[in-house]
Amino acid sequence: MTITSVETDYDSLTVTLIADFDHPIDQVWELWSDPRKLERWWGPPGYPATVEKHALTPGGEVTYSMIGPEGDQHRGMWRVTSVDPPTSLQFTDTFADSYGAPLEDAPVSEISIRLLEHDGGTRMVLRMTFETREDMKRIADLGTIEGLRQGVGQMDGLLAP
Amino acid sequence: MVVDEVPTEVVDAVFRALADSTRRDILRRCAADQPSVSRLARAYPMSFAAVQKHVAMLERAGLVVKVRRGREQLVHTDAAAVERARQALNDLAATWLGRVERMSDVLATEATK
Repeated sequence: MTITSVETDYDSLTVTLIADFDHPIDQVWELWSDPRKLERWWGPPGYPATVEKHALTPGGEVTYSMIGPEGDQHRGMWRVTSVDPPTSLQFTDTFADSYGAPLEDAPVSEISIRLLEHDGGTRMVLRMTFETREDMKRIADLGTIEGLRQGVGQMDGLLAP
Repeated sequence: MVVDEVPTEVVDAVFRALADSTRRDILRRCAADQPSVSRLARAYPMSFAAVQKHVAMLERAGLVVKVRRGREQLVHTDAAAVERARQALNDLAATWLGRVERMSDVLATEATK
């Protein structure tokens, strides 16, 4: 597997990640469509995940929990926006309470996955962005933030010993 | 979702504050300069109260700080807070890089079965 690119766009608040796998598209798709496979890669090290509900249909839900090293439980859920096996999947991911219902004030990230055949293997294009409960549509117009980011970089330079 | 990340309430307030072009413009002006609220208000075709409201929202999100100088309130962008918004995005990228690495491990064990 090769990570071909990771692009963080501070203007549109979007991260785009491209990874190339040597495996056929169906096998890569199964990482998402088979809950037993999904739980093997979803949680960070030390936070094993268990996938409970797994409905990959438009409007469907996928719920999961992760147990941390201190026995702490973290729950989250996806709401599937669209799905087209084995090439595309879109969903929102958010934290959930102990009953699996989405938490009111937690940030929501929007994830879109596209799989395509590439060089005898599979290319996976992941696009992710934040969505707040409020008006996030206009956030695309974030030219200012890029300017600020450069400003911050320059400040770092000035502060460095 | 990410387990260790910027506190959720911070992310939410910051992103809400940023979801408006006037507020983004205020941030830009107050990063380069430290204008008073009344000087800021003259720059926009809206009432003083409306501009004051925008500044208050940015202040609640921690993106600007107000400093009193004599009779004036000077507004300055908090670069560290803007940096935290960046950090939230970087954390998201890091989380997914880890996931893609683990996907690759799962595929590798499949192949040797």
